[in-house]
Amino acid sequence: MFETYSYLFLQQYWWVIASLLGALLVFLMFVQGGQTLFNTVAKTEEEKTMLVNSMGRKWEFTFTTLVTFGGAMFAAFPKFYSTSFGGAYWVWLAILICFVIQAVSYEFRRKPANFLGPKTYETFLYINGSLGVFLIGAAVSTFFTGSAFKLNLFNQVEWQNATRGLEAVLNVQNVALGLTVFALARVLGALYFINNINDENIYVQSKKQVLYNSIVFLIFFLTFAGLLLVKDGFAYDPATNKVSMESYKYLHNLLQMPVVLVIFLIGVVSVLAGIFVTLFKKSKKGIWYSGIGTVLTVFALLLIAGLNNTSFYPSTSDLQSSLTIANSSSSHYTLAAMSYVSLLVPFVLLYIYFAWKAIDRVKIEKQEFKDNEHIY
Amino acid sequence: MLGNVDLTLVDWSRAQFALTAIYHWFFVPLTLGLSFLIAIMETIYVRTGNEEWKKITKFWMKLFGINFAIGIATGIILEFEFGTNWSNYSWLVGDIFGAPLAIEGILAFFIESTFIAIMFFGWNKVSKKYHLASTWLVAFGSNLSALWILVANSWMQSPVGMHFNPETARSEMLNIWDVILSPVAENKFLHTITSAYVLASLFVICVSSWYIYKKRDLLFAKRSIVISAVFGLIAALFVAITGDGSAYAVAQKQPMKLAAMEGLYQGQKGADLILFGVLRSDAQQDKTDNFLFKIGAPKMLSILGYRSGDAYVPGIKDLVDGNKQENIMSTAEKMDRGKIALAALRSYKEFRKMNDKAKADSSLVVFNQYSQYMGYGYFDKPSDVVPNVPLTFYSFRIMIILGVFFILLLMVILFYAVRNKLESKRILLFFSILSFPLAFIASQAGWIVTEVGRQPWVIQDLMPTSVATTHISSTSVMTTFFLFAVLFTVLLIAEIKIMINQIKSGPKGGDNV
Ligand code: HDD
Ligand code: HEM
Ligand code: HEM
Repeated sequence: MFETYSYLFLQQYWWVIASLLGALLVFLMFVQGGQTLFNTVAKTEEEKTMLVNSMGRKWEFTFTTLVTFGGAMFAAFPKFYSTSFGGAYWVWLAILICFVIQAVSYEFRRKPANFLGPKTYETFLYINGSLGVFLIGAAVSTFFTGSAFKLNLFNQVEWQNATRGLEAVLNVQNVALGLTVFALARVLGALYFINNINDENIYVQSKKQVLYNSIVFLIFFLTFAGLLLVKDGFAYDPATNKVSMESYKYLHNLLQMPVVLVIFLIGVVSVLAGIFVTLFKKSKKGIWYSGIGTVLTVFALLLIAGLNNTSFYPSTSDLQSSLTIANSSSSHYTLAAMSYVSLLVPFVLLYIYFAWKAIDRVKIEKQEFKDNEHIY
Repeated sequence: MLGNVDLTLVDWSRAQFALTAIYHWFFVPLTLGLSFLIAIMETIYVRTGNEEWKKITKFWMKLFGINFAIGIATGIILEFEFGTNWSNYSWLVGDIFGAPLAIEGILAFFIESTFIAIMFFGWNKVSKKYHLASTWLVAFGSNLSALWILVANSWMQSPVGMHFNPETARSEMLNIWDVILSPVAENKFLHTITSAYVLASLFVICVSSWYIYKKRDLLFAKRSIVISAVFGLIAALFVAITGDGSAYAVAQKQPMKLAAMEGLYQGQKGADLILFGVLRSDAQQDKTDNFLFKIGAPKMLSILGYRSGDAYVPGIKDLVDGNKQENIMSTAEKMDRGKIALAALRSYKEFRKMNDKAKADSSLVVFNQYSQYMGYGYFDKPSDVVPNVPLTFYSFRIMIILGVFFILLLMVILFYAVRNKLESKRILLFFSILSFPLAFIASQAGWIVTEVGRQPWVIQDLMPTSVATTHISSTSVMTTFFLFAVLFTVLLIAEIKIMINQIKSGPKGGDNV
């Protein structure tokens, strides 16, 4: 079936899948956001235990989604994998280190004789939730702002900046997206606490955090979105594959792909709705609205980065080195073979859903940690 | 490709990959094996309803969790390192190599991470059967992830199912089933997972023997030992069988690696398998006597490698200098052809850029004629194709000797365990405790044989390691090397301290599970 589809169709299909994975990843970073709120929301050790365990049962999904996102990009757009990871070396390694220290922290934090002491592991979780998230946001923003690199005759990357990717944080728009994602992750984290934990103080404190962080989120999100809609974008001509600058490219992409525009608008409204019902309607289900909204919004943003003849990993120092879904993808054969594998994704989502339901059926309460259970 | 090769950069990149892979491999085999042992123990609990078995299951599960976390922490670095440090490699073969990594994520890692949550937190939330199924799925998921990464690794040892596309200047996949079902991959997968089962069984036996040695938690320890000795012994026999299969595959696909594994400098008909030997420090291909001393099994190498007692096994000299009689082309000849291929590829790309179709086409004809030897074009001298012989040779010996030792040890342990006589066998208990570190040594030695023996190729006959690296300053790589060395060492110390503490407090030590 897939092998009969056109090369372009398969490239678009894989860009859509990668965008969806990226969108799910940003939503799942509620775990990271939550990690930065442990000390703000909890007033007692007991409360902190509840918070840590609430996140501790979910962190692996975020982590695995990140890994799968990397694997999917490797398989579908290997030129992106080699150009970006090899080129922007330091920014990616900084992000990875932020995740390495997370992976052990839940399991080790409260164990006796853990060498570094609980405070260190909590700091690890904080770094992961702040610096890690901020850098991911800034790195993704370079999909729109571009990076300084050249590809040689054999498609090997020559990065033009000695800071190897860290220079991304010198660009206002990148910083704005980094802070947007950071604040959004905190909003989602607080919303998740409200939904997942049965405790009055945690509820009150989390609600406060939803309010504060929503304001920060809105400021930076509007900055980023405003800059994006007025800026020139990196367009390519599908006939010649030549890349050139086009004014209002990303605005045009939204208008020329009305479905994406609709997804974007529903997404934004839904994020806001989740915040609204939490703050003003005493609802505990805000995470559902804001979570789905986050997935839709990020999905739409990534779609306009790569579809409609746009370069998704543009080069500012050599326009013709810019990566597009057409010039960076795997062969037709590989994309088709991988597309069969992608048919399993709905099953994966299905069993994740049922497993979560089984675990979350009972909300977290103080009582739970008095029994002899697996506690973080 | 085709640039100056910065040797310090290559060396630091290799050192960093080796460091992270070796750290990863400290934790992975324990995860692979322990997950099955836990599943078996829990099955007994569900079948018998005996609470004692639940306690046994939970104790080992706790140790599993500590190990699992750090296994994941080291794994993520490896996956992205292909991009960050081997970006030229990633581009050249991403079309083939990326697929198994993506499949691993989609199929295997999600199974693991979903059901591990139920395994740890679901005891009182889901039914016994549901929980048991989750535990089995964790074991299944982790072993499935091993399958895909090993398919990827095997493809580097024996690249199949692909062709080189001069247009894109990369290798492209032609048949995914050839990649997945290659004989190298099958042997490697089975050998690696069974070796992991042996290692995990010896872990359980080591800890339990220590309890018996200390005369505490006796019932718990004996039960654990019986389960893991049975499991470990079956696995150890499979390790030997699949190890033989692996050696056979090496003989077919990587004759230079086989020669290095055996310290075979000059080829022989009916070659001996060296059971034990000491290489001279100045061993080289032109000398006939390279061993200080050796004990060999007559004709065994020919039988193992080619399934025939009289088969000719090429030595390092034959592979470097060539051997007309046995129809082996010399490396110098291959290098000449490779250089022609590389030059033709470059002029093809340049003529294409200038839109000179006729000249481009004629370059392509030349390229296609010699493309098979392209990888050899990068070498400076024929001896570049020889890996580190002593390291490969001794690592191989260590692994095999320990493999035989484990089979014997597990038999003896099982014999006394079923007769309930372990308590009085102090020496046996001592060896049981010692066996776990030995299993680590065997397991790491196995990877050293595989990876060091493959040098100088990152992909056999296609791409030398020296051209696979990212273009980056070696100081950057050196810095990340030390960052990871410190970070992983600190985490390893933390893990070991926590483990030892949990083991000391034992299955009854009330602390949270
Ligand atoms: C034979 C098995 C095996 C081998 C050779 C490797 N791994 Fe591994 N890996 C596993 C078996 C495994 C595992 C047992 O499945 C782990 C350990 C803990 C876990 O969650 O899965 C794992 C974890 C793990 C993770 C974290 C996954 C997660 O989020 O759950 C990544 C990204 C990798 N590995 C990647 C690699 C790479 C790139 C390797 C190549 C050198 C590698 N592994 C060698
Ligand atoms: C987990 C167990 C592994 C260990 C202990 C291990 C060990 C090593 C060692 C010691 C080296 C350095 C060789 C040298 O420079 O002489 C190396 C290199 C390398 N290995 Fe592995 N390896 C493991 C698994 C893998 C797997 C599963 C893959 C592929 C999926 C892989 C791919 C590589 C690559 C790309 C290099 C760098 C290039 C090279 O030097 O060949 N390794 N490994
Ligand atoms: C009993 C005799 C054994 C034989 C004949 C044997 C044979 C082999 C061979 C030929 C290889 C290299 C395969 C390649 O280069 O592609 C290998 C690799 C390896 N061995 Fe063994 N082995 C034995 C025992 C063990 C034991 C006891 C362990 C660990 C507990 C072990 C762990 C490994 C590992 C982890 C690898 C690397 C993965 C692979 O390439 O399959 N082996 N073995």
